[in-house]
Amino acid sequence: MFAFIIRRLLQSLIVMMAVAFISFSLFNFVGDPVNNMLGQEATEEQREALRQDLGLNDPFPVQFAAFLGNAVQGDFGVSYRLSRPVSDVLATRLPATLELVFVAAVLALVIGLPLGVYTGLHRHGFGSKVLLTLSLIGISLPTFLIGIVLILIFAVWLGWLPSFGRGDTVQIGWWTTNFLTVSGWKSIIMPAVTLCLFQLTLIMRLVRAEMMEVLRTDYIKFARARGLSNRAVHFGHALKNTMVPVITITGLQIGSLIAFAIITETVFQWPGMGLLFLQAIQFADIPVMAAYLCLVAFIFVVINLMVDLLYYAVDPRLRVERSGGGH
Amino acid sequence: MHKFFGAALVAGAVALSLGGAAEAKTFRYATTGDVLGLDPHINNEGPTNTMKSNIYEGLIHRGWDLSLHPGLATEWEQVNPTTWRFKLRQGVKFHDGSDFTADDVLFSFERIKQPQSEMSFAVNTITEIKKVNDHEIEIITGGPDPILLLNMPNFFIMDKQWSEKNNTVTVERGSTAKTYANLNTNGTGPFKLISWVPDTKLEVEANAGWWGKPTHNLTKAVFTPIGNDATRVAALLSGEIDAMYPVPLQDVQRINSSSSAKVLQGPELRTIFLGFDQHRDESLDMPGTGKNPFKDKRVRQAFYQAIDMEAIKRVVMRGASANTALMIAPGINGFDKALNDRYPYDPEAAKKLLAEAGYPNGFPVTLDCPNDRYVNDEAICLGVVPMIKRIGVDIKLNAQTKSLHFDKIGLKQGNNTSFYMLGWTPGSYDALNMLENIITLDGKGQGTWNSGRYTNPRVEELTDLIRVETNQEKRNAMISEAMKIHKEDFGHLPLHQQALAWGVASTVADIKQRPQNDIDLRYVTLK
Repeated sequence: MFAFIIRRLLQSLIVMMAVAFISFSLFNFVGDPVNNMLGQEATEEQREALRQDLGLNDPFPVQFAAFLGNAVQGDFGVSYRLSRPVSDVLATRLPATLELVFVAAVLALVIGLPLGVYTGLHRHGFGSKVLLTLSLIGISLPTFLIGIVLILIFAVWLGWLPSFGRGDTVQIGWWTTNFLTVSGWKSIIMPAVTLCLFQLTLIMRLVRAEMMEVLRTDYIKFARARGLSNRAVHFGHALKNTMVPVITITGLQIGSLIAFAIITETVFQWPGMGLLFLQAIQFADIPVMAAYLCLVAFIFVVINLMVDLLYYAVDPRLRVERSGGGH
Repeated sequence: MHKFFGAALVAGAVALSLGGAAEAKTFRYATTGDVLGLDPHINNEGPTNTMKSNIYEGLIHRGWDLSLHPGLATEWEQVNPTTWRFKLRQGVKFHDGSDFTADDVLFSFERIKQPQSEMSFAVNTITEIKKVNDHEIEIITGGPDPILLLNMPNFFIMDKQWSEKNNTVTVERGSTAKTYANLNTNGTGPFKLISWVPDTKLEVEANAGWWGKPTHNLTKAVFTPIGNDATRVAALLSGEIDAMYPVPLQDVQRINSSSSAKVLQGPELRTIFLGFDQHRDESLDMPGTGKNPFKDKRVRQAFYQAIDMEAIKRVVMRGASANTALMIAPGINGFDKALNDRYPYDPEAAKKLLAEAGYPNGFPVTLDCPNDRYVNDEAICLGVVPMIKRIGVDIKLNAQTKSLHFDKIGLKQGNNTSFYMLGWTPGSYDALNMLENIITLDGKGQGTWNSGRYTNPRVEELTDLIRVETNQEKRNAMISEAMKIHKEDFGHLPLHQQALAWGVASTVADIKQRPQNDIDLRYVTLK
């Protein structure tokens, strides 16, 4: 088990290297950051001196090697746009994104699971049909449109919720949190709902399909024959057995929640990593882009690892196989 | 918490000093992006400079209408063609309580002229600043400098002791960037920094100890960047902010028809223009032919007369632009109204000109255009393309993001373009800046953005004279002559000055719209 985790973490290094390599080879296409950093009156000598200082004139392998060399020492350079160390910038943005993703994931699970069970059990009910139709909207509407519509309704028309920003935050160590202020909670509602809609509908449809599948199996029939209550059959036996694919998908979806957060954060001016990344692209802020992509790759690897570990907890067959020894 | 109480106390004191109105007035405003940093001598960018000018001051202050007023200097006189004497204001204190003296001016001069400072352009004609006494200095220029005073508002004064104490005497950017003065401030200006969380919120409070009589009635101001256009409009309509800019042109009506906000429109100083490659012997779009049509003035004129600017103004800009025949806007020193009539839109004449120049069947050309820099930049180019096609030219559009566009047309790629769009506001608000950067080529540091490499010997000669002529009347006559030659040469193809559009909520009593398109908090009053 321990060796397994170590092996996966080592693999993650290779993944991050590959991501860094690919992203670096793409940075040639985002343009010259120097024109964004310097104003129009800067002389060509000033531009050239800055390019030289930033190493932008070096060939791609040299730039990449320099990045790797610094990165292994934990130094991701200085942001071109914000003129501060990238690791500091990412550290100030990480809490905003993680809190947003956390709330969105919880919403998606807490609402998606029961709805999935409900629509799976009452396949032909009127309620199920309404929910399934609505879920189609959730899957097909683009995030930015949902965000703007929510802003229009709840900020402009009703005036209940703020249209942008994170509200008041409380600092605990280096972590800033939304969860301890009223305005923080009010601010997170719309972005989290916008972000979770796609995942929510996905989980609901997945659970429904799995439930319908599982309910047809023999052991459910046997459980019913034993005279177990509906509740025990549905939740104790059926739902538990739908969990493996649901965990896989939900886990992977947390990764894409972080990725999708780019759009949601842009719409709501949520000061997280996604917004930072988008601004970095517009500014050609190469150190931030490189560090962000590596970090996201790392998060994906960690989430996959956690998903794999959760299988052990949920699926007894895996445990048996392992303790049976050797392969 | 401590800081909060301090801020509350100061806010309270300010409120009391404003005639007993205990009500705190907080002005909240937004624009597309955050300031780049607060160091007064590092970045030279419009919104960044404006935020710095809320906190720091120069010897001279530029008012919202571009007029010059005494700032940290109370009066000044020219002793001889290369020497100016400035009397400094007495009793001025920096935000940390230390006194402002001539030493701070001398220190700031040494700091701003370092090679990594982009603000050094403001002082690049100055060779020395001498201290006469604690409240009097002499500025010595290398030669006669007619626009020294115009550049002074960009020369912000820092506190010598504070900078030395915090080890921020050098200006460093790039891989060794120093950040202290970028994040912390100590100016003499009417506002003090409370806090800045990049990309989230920048808060300032009124400086109760400011030397002047405030023209604003604010106790506090909160600046928030909101990148998304629709969100920024929503934040204004929902009353979460008091002002924002720019208003997307398609939302002007919507905001005006709401009861809570109005759009304030006015002219901007930036001129948008197209440029032609007049340098290469063979056009980049016509390899193997050995020809560059744009070397022929008639072809440049044909392009000019083929573009229907009235249609672009009506359809693309929704009326929010002022068509121009000159490369500088009204309000820029040297603008000559008599020259500002455009040649008529006349596609038939344009076709004839092309035929005379030997291109009756046109030629291939690519228009390089940014798509995220100016108001509706790509849409303007999309409007220009069919108009040029109509006179028989085979034109293609290459619209891309600004960092790629400026790379391509700039010196980095050796002006890799034959037809391009660019916009320019002279940073000194004087025509010389336009002549040096865009219209001439010869000489040191000139023509940095003259991507088509237009040059005319008489214009070059005039520019050298304008640089040192201190008689304003003579100088303006020379600017007009240079601009007239450039116009008749069709050196560039000026299009328009875009309009400013600010969304202002009904909570604002008065706000002055500066043509630089950013908000100077000195000129904001709330109801």
